Amino acid sequence: MAKHETPFLDQLESGPWPSFVSDLKQQAEVRQKNEAGVEFQIPVDAVDDLLGVVELSYKHGRTHWKHGGIVGVFGYGGGVIGRYCDQPKLFPGVEHFHTMRISQPAGKYYTTSYLRDLTRLWDLRGSGITNMHGSTGDIIFLGTTTPQLEEIFYELTHTFNQDLGGSGSNLRTPADCLGESRCEYACYDSQDLCHFLTNEYQDELHRPAFPYKFKFKFDACPNCCVASIARSDMSFIGTWKDDIKIDQDAVAKYVENDAAYPSNAGAHKDRDWGPFDIEKEVINLCPTHCMKYENSKLTIDTSNCTRCMHCINTMPRALKIGDDRGCSILVGAKAPILDGAQMGSLLVPFMEVNAENDYEAICDLIDKIWDWWMEEGKNRERLGELIMRQGFQKLLEVTELKALPQHVSYPRTNPYIFWKEDEVPGGFDRDVAEFRKHHLR
Amino acid sequence: MAFISSGYNPDKPMENRITDIGPRKYDEFYPEVIKKNKGKWSHHEILEAGVLVHVGESGDEVYTVRCGGARLMSTTHINEICDIADKHCDGHVRFTTRNNIEFMVDSKDKLEPLKNDLKSRKFDGGSFKFPIGGTGAGITNIVHTQGWIHCHTPATDASGTVKATMDAVFEDFQTMKLPAQLRISMACCLNMCGAVHCSDIAILGYHRKPPMIDHEYLDKLCEIPLAVAACPTAAIKPVKTKLGDGTEVKSVSVKNERCMFCGNCYTMCPSLPLADTEGDGIVLMAGGKVSNRISEPKFSKVVVAFLPNEMPRWPSMTQTIERMVNAYSNGANKYERFGDWAERIGWEKFFDVCELDFTHHLIDDFRQQAYNTWRQTSQFRF
Repeated sequence: MAKHETPFLDQLESGPWPSFVSDLKQQAEVRQKNEAGVEFQIPVDAVDDLLGVVELSYKHGRTHWKHGGIVGVFGYGGGVIGRYCDQPKLFPGVEHFHTMRISQPAGKYYTTSYLRDLTRLWDLRGSGITNMHGSTGDIIFLGTTTPQLEEIFYELTHTFNQDLGGSGSNLRTPADCLGESRCEYACYDSQDLCHFLTNEYQDELHRPAFPYKFKFKFDACPNCCVASIARSDMSFIGTWKDDIKIDQDAVAKYVENDAAYPSNAGAHKDRDWGPFDIEKEVINLCPTHCMKYENSKLTIDTSNCTRCMHCINTMPRALKIGDDRGCSILVGAKAPILDGAQMGSLLVPFMEVNAENDYEAICDLIDKIWDWWMEEGKNRERLGELIMRQGFQKLLEVTELKALPQHVSYPRTNPYIFWKEDEVPGGFDRDVAEFRKHHLR
Repeated sequence: MAFISSGYNPDKPMENRITDIGPRKYDEFYPEVIKKNKGKWSHHEILEAGVLVHVGESGDEVYTVRCGGARLMSTTHINEICDIADKHCDGHVRFTTRNNIEFMVDSKDKLEPLKNDLKSRKFDGGSFKFPIGGTGAGITNIVHTQGWIHCHTPATDASGTVKATMDAVFEDFQTMKLPAQLRISMACCLNMCGAVHCSDIAILGYHRKPPMIDHEYLDKLCEIPLAVAACPTAAIKPVKTKLGDGTEVKSVSVKNERCMFCGNCYTMCPSLPLADTEGDGIVLMAGGKVSNRISEPKFSKVVVAFLPNEMPRWPSMTQTIERMVNAYSNGANKYERFGDWAERIGWEKFFDVCELDFTHHLIDDFRQQAYNTWRQTSQFRF
């Protein structure tokens, strides 16, 4: 028997898409029956009360969580999001309902034994409700009480060799696409770079020392499956410098509409778009028109290719990424607050991704950017906003990079150009009396 | 309930403390076929909606079945995922960057039993636990946020709007009939946690009333300069004000005609709440993308300034989204993303074919960059 009536939420149990309401109800029942004999460390009816408070929000059209909440574990300045219900008498099971961020393995591969360990811990000490996963990447444990935080952390670190993720004005939990593990487009091992940098910068992740939050994301090619260009302050996007590899026999199979060579690997299979037409679907859609198909031979003028991935995506069996691989680094992406949304802007067109020297060049660049932003960034100013305020040129200066045409979509249209004094012969210190000798008042 | 210690000693909190160990290493969790072929994949194919095969240079194959996930899920559900993975996949499973679940097997004959098992599982209420789909040119899972389940600043709910939308577009999750993949995202306030600013279609919670000011408590609970600095339009200034009993307190004033209800001051100051039953609702955005394929990444643009919160199924919102998806599906060329299509036909035609009202709210008026969004040409369609 459910603890609270939920007429609004009940209507979200129908329909084909997996219903979060059905799942929450199932969990409420599992806790009430407690067939596993768990000695629950937070109220047994926490999930019933969660359903109750969300139902009340559906009635009021307003949230019922109090503002903010500052809780955590000793030694760290983040990792836990405190939350308290604003109707604790009605819903005592969620009076405390804190979220813990658990650092996820790169690529989000799991074994069931590991997941079962985590669920046993969370059933005992939390609500048994999770997010798989938070937008930044963490495993989210949704709902526990303050006294349980240290207990959970102790168990995570001692028994499961597992740390918390990040929150607050610090390096947040990095995330990646699945990269080389199951994709032929991967230009570098995004999982290894993600894992390495997460460990390299553990201090910056757990103890907020920044003006505001900072995120890394790692896409192994320009398809951007983890959306690094939009969702990380520093975005690492795989690319290559040499020729796209062309298998002419395989191209011929696509042109012949061989069933084993469907366009775009079969992504459009459920609609009749007519037979594959290489001119229409590849050659004419190339953004730089650097491709030709003549005499049954496909050629690509590599020097004019911008590596957008379209031809490779469309004919994955015939076209392959080049062998001289690395990544581009873009910086400054953020959501609108405060000065407007930004995507990452290109800073380093090509960077080596070398695990053998512990990604030295990448770490060196990160350190230079952080040195600048930590000193100059205002309170709650994202890197993208600091770049806007002090100028892209300043970013080039602190990272010791030379300005390149690749740094702009187009050159400036206004002529409000700053010059440094030492760039101008004679400097800025002038005597108006000297000027007047030749130009009478 | 009796307290059970983990071994942590609250009297000596720093004793035996382990810190800075980070996540577990990715390769501990790889299925054997992934470990063996990593970095040596030759090509892939989508066999049918939700089912992929990757072929290694060695000739090895890995078959992946992708299933929808509600993201918000119980340990009971995770354990059911584990049961499936134990039964069919040697105890391995992964999650995608859009919160779908992927089960992998290393030979084709293991595929049908896995698919049949997944299809057979339903919740008591009737919804599928593990619908197969989310690949190719269709609609996959909706990246979304906390909403009324856990956040203090939302203007709408996340899990509810997402469930209502996915039910409405479910056929496109299980088929690949669109011109290109169509990404829908959802954020419950304009902090835009997630991907709202860069999605083909985006659902955004929005307020329409300035904050209330809890003068009695404001100076006790807030750093006033932070609340002042939190406003993108400088609508907030520090003031002194008299309470009913004559006590003078420090507080802030909000210039209502400069406030556009972003709620960022409430994020910084608990004495400036602004949630409102009738005022709050949904903004719809469209035309964003993150990939670099053919065209550059794009921001999504506001195409519907307001739809009311209609709990529990938000019918005005889902109907508008369906109309946009249909117009796109009928009008766009193969490979054309939503934003590429809207730009090709022109935004004036976009509003026509989607049967959307164009109102003054959609014209940018935020700082210098607004100018670049107006039309400095005589080229337009009647």
